[in-house]
Amino acid sequence: MENGPVSAPQNLLYSKDHEWLTTDGNPAVIGISQHAADALGDVVFVQLPEVGSRVTAGEPCGELESTKSVSDIFAPADGEVVEVNEAVVNDPSLVNSDPYGDGWLIKVHLDTPAAEVDGLLSADEYTAFTDTGA
Amino acid sequence: MTSTASVERRTPLDAVHDALGATMTDFAGWRMPLRYGSETAEHRAVREAAGLFDLTHMGEITVTGPEAARALDHALVGYVSKIGVDRARYTMICDENGGILDDLIVYRTGETDFMVVANASNAAVVARELLARAAGFDTVVTDRSEEYALLAVQGPNAVKILAPLTDLDLDVVKYYAADRAVVAGVDVLLARTGYTGEDGFELFCAPGDAVRLWEALREAGDGHGLIPAGLSCRDTLRLEAGMPLYGHELTTALTPYEANLGRVVRLDKPEGFVGSEALAAREKEGPRATLVGLRSPGRRVPRAGYAVLDPETREPIGEITSGAPSPTLGAPIAMAYVPLDRAEPGTRLAVDVRGTAEPVDVVALPFYKRA
Repeated sequence: MENGPVSAPQNLLYSKDHEWLTTDGNPAVIGISQHAADALGDVVFVQLPEVGSRVTAGEPCGELESTKSVSDIFAPADGEVVEVNEAVVNDPSLVNSDPYGDGWLIKVHLDTPAAEVDGLLSADEYTAFTDTGA
Repeated sequence: MTSTASVERRTPLDAVHDALGATMTDFAGWRMPLRYGSETAEHRAVREAAGLFDLTHMGEITVTGPEAARALDHALVGYVSKIGVDRARYTMICDENGGILDDLIVYRTGETDFMVVANASNAAVVARELLARAAGFDTVVTDRSEEYALLAVQGPNAVKILAPLTDLDLDVVKYYAADRAVVAGVDVLLARTGYTGEDGFELFCAPGDAVRLWEALREAGDGHGLIPAGLSCRDTLRLEAGMPLYGHELTTALTPYEANLGRVVRLDKPEGFVGSEALAAREKEGPRATLVGLRSPGRRVPRAGYAVLDPETREPIGEITSGAPSPTLGAPIAMAYVPLDRAEPGTRLAVDVRGTAEPVDVVALPFYKRA
C-alpha cells in the first residue's frame, strides 16, 4: 500500500501549497510533495508552464488533474521557467510513484536563492505543518 | 431529538480499512474508504477481475405486513406489487411535484416482506417518508440501517469467488434477483445487484459478521485478482456504466423523465401514488432538459458544476453533473443536462473548464457496457 508514513526529504524546502524545491543550485527543481500526491490520488493529466515564462511565488503556474479533482500548481518562488519535465507530461503517474524524483515538474531560475525566499519550510517544519491537518 | 448529522459513523470494517492503509473520507456522515492504493488499479480490477467493497453506509428499511406491497405502490413510482418474491427492482421515491427524493432498490424478500435500500445521504428522509406514506395501510415500516452491514463483490470473477463459499447455486440467482444464503458460515441476503456495470453480488449481513465475511471473501478472491476497492473507483465505475448518482444526476428539482428514467414511473398502476399527477403531466408535456453523456477529445476533465456552452456563442446551455477521467476509455467523460435539441449523439458542445471553452461531443450512454 502507498499510504504509509510520509517522509519529506531533508535536503528540500517546501511551500505551504505543498510544492518542494531544491536548494543546491540555481535553477531549482520544483515538484509536489508526497503528501500532496497522496491527497490528489492518481494524477492523469499535468499541465505545465511554457519554458521562458515567469512564475510568481504563491501564484498558479500549472494544473494537476486526478481522478477526483483538479489542483493548481503554485510556484514556491519567483523566477523564470528554464525546463519542464516532458516525461511527467507523457506519464502523469510519475507524480504519484516518484514525486521527489522522476515526478519532478519544472526547473526555475530563481530571482533569489531558495534559502533566501520568504515563507518556505524545512522538511521538519513541513511535516509538522501537514500533521496538523493541512 | 438528537442530531446525528455531525457524528461520524463507522462501519464494522473500520479497523480493517485502517489496517489496509486506506485513505478514508467522510461520506454522508460515515467514515468510508475512498481508496486503498491506486483508485485506477481498483477500477481496473473490478472491470477485469473483482473488487470488494464496504457499502455499509447504504440505508436499509423494511416494509412488512399484509398491505406492504400496496403501501409501497402508493409510496414509490414503481409497480412494487408486481415484483416477484426473491426479485429486486430499481425504483424511485418522488415528492408531490414529481421531484426525485432518492433512487432505490426494492428487494421482495417474501410475499409480504420488502427491503428498501436507500442512499446513505437520503436514508433518514426515505425512512421518514415511507413511514408517513404507509399510514393507513396494514404494514410496519422499520429503519434497519443499524442492523445491516453491506459488502459487495463486483467484477467478472465474482461468481468464481463466491461459489466455493456457499451451497446456493449462483446460476439460479439471476441479475436483480436475491436470496437468503449462508456464505462462509454467515447468514446473508445475497443479491445479484451492483453499481459498477459488472456482474457481481451484494451481501447484506449482521454487523457482527462483517469482518468474518470480508476476510473469507478476500481469501477466496486471492487467486482471482480480487482487491479491496473504495468509493473513488465506485464513482468512476458507475459513471462509465451511465448510472446516475443522487445529488448529481438526480435531485428534487428533476423528475425521472429528465434523467431518461421515465420507464421506472408506472403511471399504469390502478391507484394514484405520491407524485403521480405531477409526473403524468410531465410525461405528457415532455422533459425540460435531458441527461446526456459527453466525451472530451482533449485531456482536461469536465467536472460537476461546470457550465456546458454553445460551442459557437459560448452561451451557457447546461451543466455537468458528474465528470471524471475514464480509466477504461482513456478519455475524460461526463454526464450533463442539456436542452433536448442538443442531445443527439455526435453533437459538438463545449464545457467551461476554469475559463477555457473545451470541446466535448455528445455520446450515447452508457460509456461502457460489459461484453
